[in-house]
Amino acid sequence: MTLDLVAALREKGFEAEDRGDVVTVRLEPGKLEEAARLAVELGFDHLASVEGVDWPQDGVIEVIYHAESYEEELRGKLLELRVKVPRDDPRLPTLIEVWPNALFLERETWDLMGVVFEGHPELRRLLMPPDWEGPPPLRKDFKVKTEGVFVNVE
Amino acid sequence: MSSSVVTRRLLAKEGDESVYEVFIGPQHPASGHMRFIVRLQGDVIVSVDPDIGWVHRTMEKLAETKESIKAIPLLERMTIIDSQNVTIGYVRALEKLLGVEPPPRAKYLRTLLSEINRIASHLYGMGLAGIFVNHSTMFMWCFGDREVWIQLAEDLTGARLTHSYSVPGGVRRDLPQGFKEKALKAIRYMEKRLEDYYRIFFNNPQVRARYEGVGVLKKSDAKRLGIVGPNLRASGVKYDARLLGDYGVYDELDFEVPTMEEGDAMARLLLRGEEIKQSMNIIRQVLDKIPDGPIMAEKYMRLVPPKLREQALKEGRIKFPGIFANLKLPKGEAVARAEMGHGEIFYHVISDGTKKPYRVRVVTPAFRNVILFRFLPPGHRFMDFPPIYGSLDYFPPEADR
Repeated sequence: MTLDLVAALREKGFEAEDRGDVVTVRLEPGKLEEAARLAVELGFDHLASVEGVDWPQDGVIEVIYHAESYEEELRGKLLELRVKVPRDDPRLPTLIEVWPNALFLERETWDLMGVVFEGHPELRRLLMPPDWEGPPPLRKDFKVKTEGVFVNVE
Repeated sequence: MSSSVVTRRLLAKEGDESVYEVFIGPQHPASGHMRFIVRLQGDVIVSVDPDIGWVHRTMEKLAETKESIKAIPLLERMTIIDSQNVTIGYVRALEKLLGVEPPPRAKYLRTLLSEINRIASHLYGMGLAGIFVNHSTMFMWCFGDREVWIQLAEDLTGARLTHSYSVPGGVRRDLPQGFKEKALKAIRYMEKRLEDYYRIFFNNPQVRARYEGVGVLKKSDAKRLGIVGPNLRASGVKYDARLLGDYGVYDELDFEVPTMEEGDAMARLLLRGEEIKQSMNIIRQVLDKIPDGPIMAEKYMRLVPPKLREQALKEGRIKFPGIFANLKLPKGEAVARAEMGHGEIFYHVISDGTKKPYRVRVVTPAFRNVILFRFLPPGHRFMDFPPIYGSLDYFPPEADR
């Protein structure tokens, strides 16, 4: 079944790599929606996760989608789509038409990583407070400040 | 204050009077801190906006700031009522990166605690489902009986809720003396109590009237929305992360994954009862089959100084030297999925070769199920909202992370 998956993706022009429990496809942002639709056709009909990974030294944010299937022959694998977007203007098309449960996952990634999903109907604060300003907290330039046990009040 | 301001306040604002907005929360309206903005037309729900994030603690960010093993006690605080199942995925991801496998006995012990936690978590959910329709007895009974399983977990791990039991390479403690008898007694007690639950709650016509036929989730929708856990299986999808065979000893045991076809709030409740029976079945098998042997991978036991190692073998408790917190995570990445009481949890850990993980992504079952608050209530009467919420076993600190 696994070989089929890589072959099926290759047939449509997507280079895939089988890494055990995930099958990885690296993409250009322009090909993302096409790949997502293909994933649904193959049986990966919902997302387990959308995540952003900040790579400041390369100036990119990598957005990783993990698609999952409840079918018995596919459930052992996750289909992973990876795209890189520029860090200073991270934009991707929304995939809520393809994977409806991207609704909250994309909103969270916008909230915490600052990736703009174009066409998403409700990019507003989800986990952060409504008046939050400042860098998205999951970016590497957001430093966590810790305080000692005895908080300095002076 | 000028008079025009006063008049402006007195006059009703123009707008759509037919839709009425109700704000529920955020001060712990039900199972935790969250807010619902419910729009009603008459008594019929038009839309529900779940406003979450009131107990957000940036777990993913904090996990990046500490040595990988120190994130275990952090992450278990997402779902304190189910702390073994919430961290086992993270531990598995670390094990895949470190290239270490726990010995068979440790796998059995992990499975044992996973199922004890699952029963306690389901009892918590069922108790809340009771109080949501003002059935205080069910709430008291479930929370009282949950104590049985919490005490078992305490015997095994030394902590009531925050066990931090599984660590990369194995578990922290061995089975204590007389545990098997205690566990079997707990199972016999629970079996009897489940019958009481059916009598007073599940088969109670008052409860049935509120829970039956509301919040129906079709099989195809459940799949497309990526719903997890009992909420998914009550819609007829036979999927459980335990079937993946990635952790524990589930592939060596004989158990059922119960499903139901109705997909309504009642089915979601009844399914949790069935799962408790299966978990007790698993615990019985684990206690019968558990092999002798070490509880920690040889690779890490060698790090413990000889004198302490001898003591650890004698007492069945491992006290780790500081070096264990300084393990370097090899460069790479790993994913892991595990089944919690609430559903499947997903971890993706990326390491750049230092002691601290570069990125920890966690998607919890409650966060994946939050979409149901949008999807299920519209079209129902407002009085159906509590039973729908109650049947979902939604846990805010888990969704907010």
